[in-house]
Amino acid sequence: MTSSTRAPFEYAPAPESRSIVDIAPSYGLFIDGEFVDGTGDSFKSVNPASEEVLTEISSGSDADVDRAVAAARRAFTRVWGPMRPADRSKYLFRIARLLQERSREFAVLESLDNGKPIRESRDVDVPLAAAHFFYHAGWADKLDHAGLGPGPRPLGVAAQVIPWNFPLLMLAWKVAPALATGNTVVLKPAETTPLTALLFAEVCRQADLPPGVVNIVTGAGDTGRAVVEHDDVDKVAFTGSTEVGKQIARAVAGTRKKLTLELGGKAANIVFDDAPIDQAVEGIVQGIFFNQGHVCCAGSRLLVQESIHDEVIASLQRRIGTLRVGDPLDKNTDIGAINSAEQLARIRELSDYGEAEGATRWQPACDLPDRGFWFPPTVFTGVSPAHRIARDEVFGPVLSVLTFRTPDEAVAKANNTTYGLSAGIWSEKGSRILKIANQLRAGVVWANTFNKFDPTSPFGGYKQSGYGREGGRHGLAAYLKGNDA
Amino acid sequence: MGGMTHLLDPDALPDDARALMAPLPPYDDVARSDSAFRAFLHGLPGVDQVGAEARVGVLGTRSIKTTSKAWAIDTAISMVDLTTLEGADTPGKVRSLAAKARRPDPGDPGCPQVAAVCVYGDLAGVAREALGDSGIHVAAVATAFPSGRASRAVKIADVEDAVANGADEIDMVIDRGAFLAGRYLDVYEEIVAVKEACGSAHLKVILETGELVTLDNVRRASWIAMLAGGDFIKTSTGKVNPAATLPVSLVMLEAVRDFRAATGRQIGFKPAGGIRTTKDAIKHLVLINETVGADWLDPDWFRFGASSLLNDLLLQRQKLRTGHYSGPDYVTVD
Repeated sequence: MTSSTRAPFEYAPAPESRSIVDIAPSYGLFIDGEFVDGTGDSFKSVNPASEEVLTEISSGSDADVDRAVAAARRAFTRVWGPMRPADRSKYLFRIARLLQERSREFAVLESLDNGKPIRESRDVDVPLAAAHFFYHAGWADKLDHAGLGPGPRPLGVAAQVIPWNFPLLMLAWKVAPALATGNTVVLKPAETTPLTALLFAEVCRQADLPPGVVNIVTGAGDTGRAVVEHDDVDKVAFTGSTEVGKQIARAVAGTRKKLTLELGGKAANIVFDDAPIDQAVEGIVQGIFFNQGHVCCAGSRLLVQESIHDEVIASLQRRIGTLRVGDPLDKNTDIGAINSAEQLARIRELSDYGEAEGATRWQPACDLPDRGFWFPPTVFTGVSPAHRIARDEVFGPVLSVLTFRTPDEAVAKANNTTYGLSAGIWSEKGSRILKIANQLRAGVVWANTFNKFDPTSPFGGYKQSGYGREGGRHGLAAYLKGNDA
Repeated sequence: MGGMTHLLDPDALPDDARALMAPLPPYDDVARSDSAFRAFLHGLPGVDQVGAEARVGVLGTRSIKTTSKAWAIDTAISMVDLTTLEGADTPGKVRSLAAKARRPDPGDPGCPQVAAVCVYGDLAGVAREALGDSGIHVAAVATAFPSGRASRAVKIADVEDAVANGADEIDMVIDRGAFLAGRYLDVYEEIVAVKEACGSAHLKVILETGELVTLDNVRRASWIAMLAGGDFIKTSTGKVNPAATLPVSLVMLEAVRDFRAATGRQIGFKPAGGIRTTKDAIKHLVLINETVGADWLDPDWFRFGASSLLNDLLLQRQKLRTGHYSGPDYVTVD
């Protein structure tokens, strides 16, 4: 048989329609059940894939935050706190269903604002956000059975500050447990990705959620600080960088506020020589290139057993060559845009350090769009534990490859980090997986998979990855006080 | 033919026969003994089923539209092994199928013809005659298809008969009983023997993955077939459920990919059974494209074993051309 000239299989553009979303020219704040104008300056929100200005966003001032916290306090004291738990549950179920019904709208808006591929916002972010509301809706009237003693009580007003990497999902991780446990919230979405939070505000109205139970105050760092440092706040929950997390810990120290922090990570993804190699390669790709690597639990350090290093790297490079980088709204896109010019600059800086320190950079041939913020999937081999790209969180599509010889060395290298959020183990040997998992100092350990999330599973870190857990029964504790407290 | 065969004593064979059956370097010694072969096959990396399912799940979301859909449909049509494998098959039925193979859509001469017509060996001659000089291949199932439960002598006779009747492609079944009993070398030797009986006819080796069940088994059986000289590896007979599932296809494609990387020899792949819709076919084309690449996107290297698939491809093709759906009366029954 002779082979004929083979045309490559090109995928025609398959863009998801933008027409389902209706972005207003400007947005105010959501306080006490109403959209109100902010009294601070406004700022622009851009589409990172095109640098197109999407809308103008209000920046919440101290006075705005005051009003929001006051509304939350009123709602807590008069309505949401005293409400029968089963009734709170009904609201949460209603919100969960509305998220599902409006899922396309949320997915398109998230991809426009954040730059992540529509496949991920559609198949991961939005369904998981709905799942968090469903899960916590079920808890609302069963808190006596959460293992926190009889009749655990809500804390009051929760100040919540969330990051730009999973805007709606992080909102769900914060708002769903707070509401289910009877707290009210003032939420500050990230400066670059406020749009799905504002659409969520609309969903709260649609669900007839009592005014003041959820308040959304947009803005940058100053607004976040005002929310966190407000005197009438009982609980602070933050997901974001370790640097800002430390500032928050300092600000909250000595106050009555309860604090949970979910910060950075530098996860090890450990591949043993008896791993299912093809699936491990998929897991490495999923671990570091999911969401452009803007994932605090990303598997950014590949620890591969030296005996299979070359084979794994060859497979990995072949696989990375098939990743489709480009328009986030195209249904076939695997890797979208970097969220901001600022983040792109940081990724470039750390990658340049990687080369300067002697690691070998590899990137596939790929055409990047002319406008917008883009960085190709990148693999550094020959990385030593002393290199910055092996220690600092890049928060981008950059993988550092290190090797190990024995299981003990794998554990030692995996734990040799100031972080401790997540880790992955790849092996066909069950006993090895269990043993290694027990030795890893990381909040989440995945075995033969990576970046799998579920509302029933607690998530959180060791060391500088933060403290407290979100999700599952453990996550409820962060929003409740027992009768002994 | 009993227990140990001549293959365990290669020196007993004429030189040309040995050349035919020796696996390519770097695997030329892996089949030297039962234990060596077993160690090799069990040393292949394992397959994590959950991971394999997740991978095909993501690929299943690829959105193939407009020009790429048109290309995919025509390519898929040209890759069909149009199949009839019924006890009730007659010369008339086979001639009707051959006519359809040559001209799948009578209303559109631009529609590509299929790759092959696949029949039982006794009807290969009828197919050969009906296909004339169309260039369409005649594939015949053999080796006591579909169960493969017969002596090796009978299987070889079955193959020789089909080839004599004009089949230029033989679709054999492996001895699943031997495989599941761990007698890998028996499976291997039988494929070698069948390949020899094929002469110049191309050999497709059916693993019957629905009976092998685990993906680890699918990987091992794929390697046995490739090492033994099969030209294609094929998922299923179509007589056992499940037949060609996407995770099975993924693992077999990984096998042909890895085999070519190691030996330089390219092996074809044929999923068969259960692929009924254009959507299923396109999912397979995407799977090939993103697992092994465009080198396999050709009827020489990839086939669909199917009967009802062709009509769905034709309906979708008409829909793309005319902008509206027609109906079952606008494609021919065969």
